[in-house]
Amino acid sequence: MTARIERPLSPHLQTYRWTLTMALSIIHRATGVALYSGTLVLAWWLIAAATGPAAYANVEAFTSNFIGRLIVFGYTWALLHHMLSGIRHFVWDLGYGFKASEREALAWGSAIGGISLTVLLWIAAYAIGGGR
Amino acid sequence: MVEFALPKNSKITGGKTWPKPAGATETREFNVYRWNPDDGKNPSVDTYYVDIHDCGPMVLDGLIWIKNHIDPTLTFRRSCREGVCGSCAMNIDGQNTLACTCSMHDVKDGAVKINPLPHQPVVKDLVPDLTNFYAQYASIEPWLKTTTPTPQKEWKQSHEDREKLDGLYECILCACCSTSCPSYWWNSERFLGPAALLQATRWVKDSRDEATGERLDNLEDPFRLYRCHTIMNCAKACPKGLNPSEAIAELKLKMVERQI
Repeated sequence: MTARIERPLSPHLQTYRWTLTMALSIIHRATGVALYSGTLVLAWWLIAAATGPAAYANVEAFTSNFIGRLIVFGYTWALLHHMLSGIRHFVWDLGYGFKASEREALAWGSAIGGISLTVLLWIAAYAIGGGR
Repeated sequence: MVEFALPKNSKITGGKTWPKPAGATETREFNVYRWNPDDGKNPSVDTYYVDIHDCGPMVLDGLIWIKNHIDPTLTFRRSCREGVCGSCAMNIDGQNTLACTCSMHDVKDGAVKINPLPHQPVVKDLVPDLTNFYAQYASIEPWLKTTTPTPQKEWKQSHEDREKLDGLYECILCACCSTSCPSYWWNSERFLGPAALLQATRWVKDSRDEATGERLDNLEDPFRLYRCHTIMNCAKACPKGLNPSEAIAELKLKMVERQI
C-alpha cells in the first residue's frame, strides 16, 4: 500500500465563467454588509440632529466634503440596490421567476433599477436642496 | 469554509504543448487540465490540437480523438455519448456541462478550455472524486417510503400526480449543478447541494410517498437546505434543462406551509 494520496482541488472561482445571477448574488451580499456601516452613519446623523446645532454641524462638515458625499452616495445606492434585489429574492421565495428569461430580467431589473433610482434620488435631492 | 484561492498542491503550473497532427488542414486547440497521482507534481494544463475534419463535432469526440491519436494517458469518464448517463460532466469554457452534448463549435473563439467539475478532489485529469456527492444523494433516501400495506399490484398514481414529477425525474446525477454552486463550493460537507435537493423534492412531491413529513424534517437545517441563496448557477448549468433552484424554492415553501 502506498501512502494516502493528497488529491488536488479542482479549480472553481478561477475557471468558472461569471453568470449574471452569480454576480448579483455577491453584490446583494456586499451591499448588505455595507449597509451595516452605512446605517451607523445614518444613526450618527439622526443622533446629531437630536443633540443640537454644534453636533449637527460636525455631520454637515463630514457629508459635504467629497469623500463624505461619496460615502453617502454609495450608501444610497447600497440601500436601493439591496431593497430591489431583496424584492427579487422575495419573488423567488414565493416560487415565481425561475425561468431563464425571468431570472435574467429580474437580475437586470434590480441592477439597473438600483443605479437609476440612486441617480434620480440625488438629482431630486440637489434640485430641492439647491446644491448643498 | 470560504477559501477563494486554491490550496498549494492544487495550483496549476505549466503544461505541455503537444505537436499539431501531421497533415491536418484545420485544427482546434484544446486546453485540458491534467493531474497525475503518480508523479507528485502539481496540476497542469496541456495543449492539444485536434484535426476537426477527422473528428466528430462534440467536445467528447475531441477528447476521444486526443486519447486515440495523441495522448493515450488522458483520463476522463464517458459512456453513453448521448446525454443520458451523466459520466462526462466537466467544466467546458467556464461552464459545467456534458462533453457529449456540447458542440466544440458552440465554444466561442480560441481554445476549448476543459477542467474537471469545480471544487472537487481530483482522482486523475478530468475525473473528480464524487464520493461526497453520492453520499448526499443517499442521505435523502431516494426510494418510495410507505406505511400502508403494499398493494396486490402496483402503487397507483393519477396522471395529474405523475405530472408533478416532470422536471424532477429526468435528473441523471451528473453533478453539473452541485459543482457549479458557490454555496456548495464553500459548504459541501454540510449543504446538500442542488442535485440532492432536487431529488429530495422529487420524493416529497411523489403522491405515493408517505414519508413527506419525515423527509422535510431531515432537511430542516440551516445548512442542508438553507445554504441555497438562489444563485441559480445550477439552473444555468443543468445539461438536461432542469431547474434545481426552483425545486429548492418549492421545498422552502413546503417548510413554511406546514407551519401555518
